[in-house]
Amino acid sequence: MPTKIEKDTVSGQDTTGHEWDGLKELNTPLPKWWLYTFYATIVWALVWVVVYPSVPFWRGTSGWIAREAIVGEVEAANARNAPMMARLREATPAQIAADPEMRAFALAGGRVAFANNCAGCHGAGGQGAQGGYPTLADDDWIWGGSLEAIQQTIRHGIRNTEDDEARTSIMPRFGADGMLTAAQIGDVAEHVLSLSGRATDQAAAGRGQAIFAEQCVACHGDRGEGNRDVGAPRLSDQVWLYGNTKAQIMAIINNPRMGVMPAWQGRLDPAVINMLTVYVHSLGGGE
Amino acid sequence: MFRWLRDHGVIERNLILMGVLTLITVSIGGLVQIVPLFAVETTIERVSGVRPYTPLEQAGRDIYVREGCYLCHSQMIRPFRDELERYGHYSLAAESMYDHPFQWGSKRTGPDLARVGGRYSDDWHAAHLRSPRALVPASVMPPYAFLDRPLDYTDIQDRLRALRTVGVPYTDEMIANARADLEAQARPDADGSAFQGRYARARQGAFDGDPARITEMDALVAYLQMLGTLVDFRDVTPAQLRQP
Repeated sequence: MPTKIEKDTVSGQDTTGHEWDGLKELNTPLPKWWLYTFYATIVWALVWVVVYPSVPFWRGTSGWIAREAIVGEVEAANARNAPMMARLREATPAQIAADPEMRAFALAGGRVAFANNCAGCHGAGGQGAQGGYPTLADDDWIWGGSLEAIQQTIRHGIRNTEDDEARTSIMPRFGADGMLTAAQIGDVAEHVLSLSGRATDQAAAGRGQAIFAEQCVACHGDRGEGNRDVGAPRLSDQVWLYGNTKAQIMAIINNPRMGVMPAWQGRLDPAVINMLTVYVHSLGGGE
Repeated sequence: MFRWLRDHGVIERNLILMGVLTLITVSIGGLVQIVPLFAVETTIERVSGVRPYTPLEQAGRDIYVREGCYLCHSQMIRPFRDELERYGHYSLAAESMYDHPFQWGSKRTGPDLARVGGRYSDDWHAAHLRSPRALVPASVMPPYAFLDRPLDYTDIQDRLRALRTVGVPYTDEMIANARADLEAQARPDADGSAFQGRYARARQGAFDGDPARITEMDALVAYLQMLGTLVDFRDVTPAQLRQP
């Protein structure tokens, strides 16, 4: 309880009147600007409670609600783009690529859609990633690099369970299912290396050639040129999905890892799929 | 003005007055927190499709919480246009009504995961969890390669039972078959008809790439792959999204 309120000689303020072991406390009032700002925030909060939805079962006097406001905002934005999006939806990718105005719009929109939906696997610039994520910026296409083929792949995806028209093919599990022995797999791997001129054991590569001719050429071709109809990668170049060492190639022959890509039809607007098609085609390897 | 505010000595010297004023203050605080809970049912949209998590998904969810994924990833798409453009439809209360604890938030060091399901392949998720920077060079996410260890699901029935006590509608049948359902979902070749009957639109798969083993990776990827996929927004009408 305050016993003795004094006036401090230095600051000219009153003390609180309390004293603890000789220590006294100044009772300096809060700055006026701070105090009135504080009162203003309380008044502002009360206004807010009345105007905006903050109490159960009452929307406030304005009737504003985020879920309804966003509908109008999205509609306004869609309306701005609607004429161009309608054209992009109706046009084929080839028509879009040929029309400068549509192409410019598609490349800008495709870049954004790619960053959001595709970059996780295929990299920010379409550079791909080791472990089965193909580069889209080169001309080494697995399922085809024409505008139609790219559009088909984006729409339906690859080996997914959600789309009946997904691109699909199966490479047998030569080792895991006992179709080839470990030694034979080693020989085939040597032959595969020889297709790009990198075999180190010519005798093994020779033995592997016979097995390759029997088991692999149906999909990968006589000289490992690949087959886009079944998504069989070209084996005669230096581009490898799952690594280029003999051990890595043997692992794939033993137990293949067949890549999966989601279907984007139904998830993305057809106009966005067309924009992505033109964008991916423009990355460097479009045919 | 406000002179009386400075005379708090009056309150401090009067025990009854102080007691009454304290009671009023605490009551207001309590009412503000408690009263809205009576209206919580009205905020859950009547949309179809939301079901309890499968045992494997729930095990994955427990790993998600254990590893603190929520510290960097929210699961709540807010009704802003930029978020809708990036992530899809804003999150509904109904979509997290069986979440204990919920994973809402706005703290995003990584992206929001409310609708990550189906966006990437299972393979991508497993590879990315093992080594995030192998796939996303600029990522700051830590690697979770240790999740390739076997999943301990000996107590999965107890977990479902615990969730039932807080309101998740697991049936006796779901709890009785929890172990079998968990194993069926992690094995793509297993007969999953009974499992599929209990959990609509659940997907079986070798989520970590190895069908022979059931790992923590299987559980976490199964959980991530179903996030945000239960409600089909083509069937949702604006009236269903309207809140009172």
